[in-house]
Amino acid sequence: MKKTITLKVNGTEHTVDVEPRTLLIHLVREILSLTGSHIGCDTSSCGACTILVDGKSAKSCTLLAVQANGKEITTVEGLATAEGLHPIQEGFHLNHALHCGFCTPGMMMRAIELLEHNPNPTEEEIRWGIAGNLCRCTGYNNIVKAIQWTAAKMNGSELPSTEPEFV
Amino acid sequence: MIKCKTSKEIGGMGHSKKRKEDARFIQGKGNYVDDVKLPGMLHMDIVRSPYAYAKIKKIDASKALEIPGVIAVVTGKDLEQYNLHWMPTLMSDTQMVLPTDTVMYQAQEVAAVIATDRYTARDGKEAVIVEYEQMKPVMDPFKALDEDAPVLRSDKEGKTDNHIWHWEVGDKDKTDQIFDNADVVVKQQMHIPRIHVASIETCGCVAAYNKVENHLTMYMTTQAPHAIRTVIALVAGHVGLTEEKIRVISPDIGGGFGGKVPVYPGYVIAIAVSFLTGAPIKWIEDRSENLQADSFARDYHITAEMAGTKDGKIQATRFKVLADHGYTDASANPSKFPTGLFSIGTGSYDYGAAYMEADAVYTNKPPGGVAYRCSFRVTEAVHAIERITDKFAKEVGKDPAQLRMDNFIKKEDFPWASPTGWSYDSGDYHAGLQKAMDAVGYDELRKEQLEKREQGKWMGIGISTFTEVVGAGPSKNFDILGVKMFDSAEIRVHPTGKAIARFGTKSQGQGHETTYAQIVAEELGIPMEHIQIEEGDTDTAPYGLGTYASRSTPTAGAAAAVAARKLRAKAKKIAAYLLEVSEEDLEWEPGKFFVKGAPEKAKTIQELVFAAYTNHPPGMEAGFETTHYYDPPNLTFPSGAYICIVDIDSETCDIKVRRFVAIDDCGNIINPMIVQGQVHGGLTQGIAPAMYEELIYDEAGNILNGTFMDYLVPTAVESPNWETGHTVTPSPHHPIGAKGVGESPTVGAPPAIVNAIVDAVSHLGIEHLEIPVTPFKLYKKLKEVGYFK
Repeated sequence: MKKTITLKVNGTEHTVDVEPRTLLIHLVREILSLTGSHIGCDTSSCGACTILVDGKSAKSCTLLAVQANGKEITTVEGLATAEGLHPIQEGFHLNHALHCGFCTPGMMMRAIELLEHNPNPTEEEIRWGIAGNLCRCTGYNNIVKAIQWTAAKMNGSELPSTEPEFV
Repeated sequence: MIKCKTSKEIGGMGHSKKRKEDARFIQGKGNYVDDVKLPGMLHMDIVRSPYAYAKIKKIDASKALEIPGVIAVVTGKDLEQYNLHWMPTLMSDTQMVLPTDTVMYQAQEVAAVIATDRYTARDGKEAVIVEYEQMKPVMDPFKALDEDAPVLRSDKEGKTDNHIWHWEVGDKDKTDQIFDNADVVVKQQMHIPRIHVASIETCGCVAAYNKVENHLTMYMTTQAPHAIRTVIALVAGHVGLTEEKIRVISPDIGGGFGGKVPVYPGYVIAIAVSFLTGAPIKWIEDRSENLQADSFARDYHITAEMAGTKDGKIQATRFKVLADHGYTDASANPSKFPTGLFSIGTGSYDYGAAYMEADAVYTNKPPGGVAYRCSFRVTEAVHAIERITDKFAKEVGKDPAQLRMDNFIKKEDFPWASPTGWSYDSGDYHAGLQKAMDAVGYDELRKEQLEKREQGKWMGIGISTFTEVVGAGPSKNFDILGVKMFDSAEIRVHPTGKAIARFGTKSQGQGHETTYAQIVAEELGIPMEHIQIEEGDTDTAPYGLGTYASRSTPTAGAAAAVAARKLRAKAKKIAAYLLEVSEEDLEWEPGKFFVKGAPEKAKTIQELVFAAYTNHPPGMEAGFETTHYYDPPNLTFPSGAYICIVDIDSETCDIKVRRFVAIDDCGNIINPMIVQGQVHGGLTQGIAPAMYEELIYDEAGNILNGTFMDYLVPTAVESPNWETGHTVTPSPHHPIGAKGVGESPTVGAPPAIVNAIVDAVSHLGIEHLEIPVTPFKLYKKLKEVGYFK
């Protein structure tokens, strides 16, 4: 019954046996024990499970594990390197773009691909770009701000202030 | 700018310190309940009723039990043997854990399947065959009170109707008399619809019972771990599971908002099955189960009336409520407050007479009545007062901002006794509204509105000036199942001057690991980076009632300050001993005591703590630890002035929020960045019920939008760019002058938005719109008034 698949996750190759119906998110979370990616719904609506599959952001609850055979996967656990945090992680932290942290990994993975395609997004492009990811805590203001900060950081332009602004 | 007493290095109150808890969340190292994995753990899934009201004729589990890996199927009859098939609700009503004969709402738990893994448990669930005999459900709360309505709670001896309770507050005669003689009376019926907190993490647990030790460890997404431990002991004490044998661990929580206060049947079943099998049982509900069966919020049908003079002085208000509680009253309110703190509904206005009454009824809907980021029914109250105030302003021909300014309680009149019995602690309502009006350019907007109307364009300006009531509470009035609503802090400072502090509350994203550390840093002068904060483990944290209703800062935050002050008093004694002076000769500046007039003669807090372990004065107890249980003398009363500006497309009825300015007053601010973040999030949970969210049922009892495909949680596109600011009016009775803020924006935003939308189309004869105000609802209303043919 089970299928054997091979995939690279965060740079490490894994060969695992999975049921054909196993969802990719369950492979990642339960078989590979990478619990940073989360499950927030059962209709592919919330984006908490977003990971990168061959560099493209994907809701891993919507893919079967067998579809990831031969693919390269990056999860939130694969973002930081020996040199330190990924700019998106820094951006989220410095701009207070997370509260409970549950949507955060998926939101960051989505933002990474967004910035890859559009290194200088406008506020509106960011808002539409993350519209497949739900956050219930932050009201999105600071997520937008964090993505703008990250864009500046990755482009080497002047970094916007990370202090809160008040009217 | 907020003035800080401590240096940036110490990082006490007022500093926008970046959050300590972020490190694990941004690196995927959070520890949420579904991340808990124990050896031998089994998985549970729940068979749910497709019908809202039905007799269970038969449950056939044989096919499920044939599936390899399915261990057991548990029904109500099984639990009945241990008297665990019913449980008490927080409001002393009763709720089925699993039914023995009747289901009372769609998606109610009917049986539980235990299996070796998640997928097999789901297979088992699909294979359980249940035969039902459908009955006609009662869905309309008004019809539930009809004489010929079926009595839903026939399990209750002597129950002859669907009425749960009646509640009232205020002086009825005095209020009626004012209404009878008033120049102007306005009245509005409104429904505050049933909504769902929908935290992105659903609910779940791992119940791990150790038969040898007779000990239960319950990993659970709960906002109130200590209270839950007590509830488990009360429910399961008769089978030998007593409170010292129960450890509740509330790990990282993926959002709570009130939905993680109650005990759901799944938790009890998981505990029962673990108790019987000795295996750890994991139960994680999916999103649809979460939306369809877990506690709802709101569902109040309100008739609000206001009486006043023709020149716009408010004289009295009357509110009448019908509360739809579903099949049991499973609200999460303090015991003596069946309507929560709804009686705050006289708002920010200075008048002396009010009367409010409420009746609650049973229907065939899921139980609940939890907050949705709101302090115990305050949102419903604020919606009523802020909508009716706008209607009154319109009736007397006054600008809604001016009318509010004319009626506000003045800042010198605090503490202010409200006609429903509250003592408001402090506020400066005029300053808040003025600041919001200046920020938006109110007068220019009114001019623009007139010009736009001449061009046939619709724009509206909506105001909400609310008073919140948070921080339950004084234990003389507030308890949950008899347990008083104090909260606690324990601080231990280690010999090298680094500390750990533990609390009876439980953060679900509020940032306690940062803000509590800042409070302790403020009082003791130890850098906040060196203060570790822990919550959520009942074996280690002091007892407390948990985090909800914006109570953490008012209660546990106060406990932190008082505990730290006790330690500072001890440090002072040690300093006097070491510096060989009397205590009166010492002065404190954050981080050290020094001799008055001789600042070079000083001892740092770190030196004093070290001395408490190495060289403490004779007769003094060694060590540098303390615990404080804080019982607030009063609640705190945060307030806000919100202004929303909308543009509405006169052809499509599309509603666009152009600007939204929120001026909050939550007293002294611990961390401006975190307070702002709380306001942002609360505002999005304010626009949600105002324009998008509602749980909709048909007459047959089916939920029509029980998934994230159709229950419209706002995305970054629906959520506008929020602009925030604050005024600071400290709470006079709170040790650090703080008030609590997490819920103010959710409470204050909906009426500001609806007032703006109504304002945009008021010239077309529209006086009110029910939330959520959708373009279609607006279109229908415009058709009703003859604007659209």
